[in-house]
Amino acid sequence: MLTCKKATRLMSDSLDRPLGRGERLNLRLHLFFCRGCRAFRSQIGWLREISHGFARWRGDGKD
Amino acid sequence: MVKFARLQLQDDAAGEDVVQEAIEAALAGIDRFAGRAALKTWVFTILRHKIVDALRERGRTVQVSSLERDDESMDDTFDALFTASEYWRPDSRPRPWGDPHAALEQRQFWEVFEACLEVLPARTGRVFMMREFLGLETDEICSTLSLTTSHCHVILHRARAGLRQCLTQGWFGTEPAAC
Repeated sequence: MLTCKKATRLMSDSLDRPLGRGERLNLRLHLFFCRGCRAFRSQIGWLREISHGFARWRGDGKD
Repeated sequence: MVKFARLQLQDDAAGEDVVQEAIEAALAGIDRFAGRAALKTWVFTILRHKIVDALRERGRTVQVSSLERDDESMDDTFDALFTASEYWRPDSRPRPWGDPHAALEQRQFWEVFEACLEVLPARTGRVFMMREFLGLETDEICSTLSLTTSHCHVILHRARAGLRQCLTQGWFGTEPAAC
């Protein structure tokens, strides 16, 4: 089974490239059992949203 | 705009230069602009291109040894979250952030986020910003900085893990501090 550390790498990769079939299945299985990794996944997904918000906040900023 | 550029280039003077260039380029092409978009958005688009050019130029001159040292120290911090068999240590297992939407409304949150970006090693932060702020595809980033695709993915993973940990400790406070 996928370790948590390797799962974090796949979760990050999935934001930048389509995962292979095996990778997807392994990750899905791991996430089903692992609460910590589920939190990690939603948080790095948030980072993307936050970054878009940040670029806007900076762009609309005072300068 | 100056602050945005400075942050991405991590150099005050270069940040000012690039904004000036973007404004000059915008003025030079003002007849092509013709009110199709908000002026600010348009200048910003030019600024993004100028920043990418400046980063590309710089990619050729950075020193490799200092980059490797920074990367190693980040990896050590990340490794410390896991047991020897690569599962989360009980005290560092990620816990939900609560309602991150609420944080986005708060000015101080953005200051914490900015501080977290600034403590990333220079190249790690640069790759993250190229991906998430400038919206470049990974391939484009790799070729701009002369990195292999898999190295780009390693760097993005490192950046996300580092930012996640920094925000958890600096804002959401859902996990105990590492030390």
